[in-house]
Amino acid sequence: MNYGTNDNRFAIQTFSLSRKFGDLIAVDGIDLSIKEGELFSLLGPNGAGKTTAIKMLCCLLRPSSGTATVMGHDINEDPMAVKQIIDVSPQETAIAEHLNARENLRLMGGIRGLAKKEVKKRSEELLEMVGLTKRAKEQVRRFSGGMKRRLSIAMALVSNPQVLFLDEPTLGLDPQSRRGIWEHIAELKGKKTIVLTTHYLEEADALADRIAIIDEGKIAALGTPQELKDSISDMQVMVVKAKNLTPDVIKSLKEIYPEVKATEDGIEIKAKELSFYEIVDYLRPRGVAIQSASPKQPTLDDVFLHLTGKELRE
Amino acid sequence: MRFWELAIRNFKEMWRDLISTGLEIGIPAGFLVIFWALGRNMGDESFLTTTMLVPGITVFGFAFLLMFSAMTLSRDKEGALLSRLFTAPLKPRDFILSYSLPYIPMVIIQIAVCFGIGALLGLELLENAGLVFLILLVMGICCVELGMILGLLFNVNQASGVGSVIITLVALLGGIWINIETIGGVFYRIGNALPFAHAIKAARAVMIGADFSSIATDFYWVLGYTLVFFALGVFLFRRKMVE
Repeated sequence: MNYGTNDNRFAIQTFSLSRKFGDLIAVDGIDLSIKEGELFSLLGPNGAGKTTAIKMLCCLLRPSSGTATVMGHDINEDPMAVKQIIDVSPQETAIAEHLNARENLRLMGGIRGLAKKEVKKRSEELLEMVGLTKRAKEQVRRFSGGMKRRLSIAMALVSNPQVLFLDEPTLGLDPQSRRGIWEHIAELKGKKTIVLTTHYLEEADALADRIAIIDEGKIAALGTPQELKDSISDMQVMVVKAKNLTPDVIKSLKEIYPEVKATEDGIEIKAKELSFYEIVDYLRPRGVAIQSASPKQPTLDDVFLHLTGKELRE
Repeated sequence: MRFWELAIRNFKEMWRDLISTGLEIGIPAGFLVIFWALGRNMGDESFLTTTMLVPGITVFGFAFLLMFSAMTLSRDKEGALLSRLFTAPLKPRDFILSYSLPYIPMVIIQIAVCFGIGALLGLELLENAGLVFLILLVMGICCVELGMILGLLFNVNQASGVGSVIITLVALLGGIWINIETIGGVFYRIGNALPFAHAIKAARAVMIGADFSSIATDFYWVLGYTLVFFALGVFLFRRKMVE
């Protein structure tokens, strides 16, 4: 089916896409338009509906209502055409444990119809890209978690898909492995349309062209990382690192400023207008030893908190 | 022939799991030797002759193949590999073929091992060995297709448990070492309704000289189950592919 609103510049469009599991509404009528070549992130806590949305776009789950198109192909009416042009790196490290890395890549290329010569060439390129060439002949059950993730992403790239879905690609990895995977994803930016789901704020912030914040199955906000941060910048935040901050001082600050939060080594003050000198002049006479005081840029966590009243937790 | 790539993977996965492969070959071979030895101790009147034992133990070995094929598929399902494979442009029949075909060489190996050991223990080679092979091959495929169904319906632990129940059923009601007609009653009716006893009965009959016409009903019974299990597998794969 060709939709009147479908635009050729959009790789993915969703139209009131919804999915229920019994009484639970996992995805609640989302409307999205993702441009070709864009790295688009679905950001939200566990259970927000990100994976359900991805599964519907990959034709693994049938929508309860609404639909979506991937490069103009309807997910309900032409799933085989969608499957021809997409690939997925799922949340779980879905790899064949008794095969080696090279065989896993060849499997994925083979089932997507690539010629053997092409699969071989791309496999070697991808092994090089994810730094697994030296371990290519080893059965992957002996790989570390980070190596498996890298291989999993490479497996999703063998067929050179037009649209790539990365579902929580760094879930459970240590910070070093996570940054390594970010570098690989960053290399793909602009080359293909990527939909990345994550509940790591830094990941979405560092990689995404645009972010949709999803909560309880609904899109709570949509924009570039900067646009989202700017949307709450009517509130200023001052981070004060100090010693001798007594509960009485904090209590008295709360009477002046609308939001005062005690931190490990000081306080965070939030208000529409904040003056560095005003804060310092207030605290010093009360015996507080100020080590530093600086304005804080809003983070995506602040945006999420502002929009949903909840914090994204790792 | 995209499914062929997946079939190759499944073949490698099966052969690289050395413990399962060893059990698939070793269990029927071991049981055959043990029961042959028991039969010898019982004397000339024993039911446990090579002609009786070899087809029965071969089918008993297929029941283990059923359990292992179910566990391979359910392992892929639990590890989300199957879900990943479902995003590829493959059809339900491609999936069932690519998971079933790799087990056919193992079915043939099990038949060859049991008949090879049988020959060493005194089984006479037959002119109509081809028909015996065909009956047992169909029975083996039938077990693998049932394994596909279990693999799609259950997780690894459940598939192992249900597989064990089926192995016990085959052992008790398949007529391997007990003539189920002499048991009679509900046990006979259950055993006779299932395909295992029919395959064993047909193979034994051919081994002592029966032609196809006299075992046709038993053969088609087994073939019918195989086709039904295959169709049910395709149906279940289709349902699993889009939930």
